[in-house]
Amino acid sequence: MADQTLDAKGLNCPLPILRAKKALQTLPPGGTLEVLATDPGAVKDFQAFCRTTGNELVESTSEGKILRFLIRRTG
Amino acid sequence: MSSVTADQRSGAKSMSIIVTKGTLDWAYPPFILGTTAAAMGLDVTMFFTFYGLPLLLKNLDLRLSPLGNPAMKMPMAGMHMGMPNLASVIPGMEAAASKMMRNLMNKKGVASIGDLRTLAIESEVRMIACQMTMDLFEYTLADMIEGPELGGAATYIEVATRSDINLFI
Repeated sequence: MADQTLDAKGLNCPLPILRAKKALQTLPPGGTLEVLATDPGAVKDFQAFCRTTGNELVESTSEGKILRFLIRRTG
Repeated sequence: MSSVTADQRSGAKSMSIIVTKGTLDWAYPPFILGTTAAAMGLDVTMFFTFYGLPLLLKNLDLRLSPLGNPAMKMPMAGMHMGMPNLASVIPGMEAAASKMMRNLMNKKGVASIGDLRTLAIESEVRMIACQMTMDLFEYTLADMIEGPELGGAATYIEVATRSDINLFI
């Protein structure tokens, strides 16, 4: 269970990333954020975002059209 | 005013963008890249000059023109429709095309330029308004949103020499 969930469904680039960044900042180091999105571009973008910022992309899954990302604040 | 850039203070990667275009469509790339880079930890500077300068006005009234833009095709009734140049000269066509684009963006969950601009300010993107363009088009800082500073070519070049990425849009 993530510490916080961000519903970014229906939002297009770059809003899921921008909202996720804001949410991550409210978490303590080591805290986890679950992001729900529908933008297919978010899959690659969250990988790039986490690689660049040093946060850990723990999970990247999809269920139908809903994409789910679990990010641990390590950056 | 300090000449020390945010880059020097934090040791983070940095990006500068020269923003030269102010139509509804062209306003997107600099704001999308600027806000995203800031979210990814870069120190970002945006230099607003010529037609990019009005993107700092308090009252945004962004429009686009299909004139001379054969690549602009809107999804309509399952097809992609362009607009012949001749039709673009009909009064009201520019406003109609702008409204159509805005509605499309809203439907597809694309942020408004006003929203992206607010996000840029919140994420401490440094904004420089070109002094020469301010004089040329007779704007004052009172016409602009809070936050931008005034500067010229040398101010930008100093930032650019220290930035990892420099874009001209």
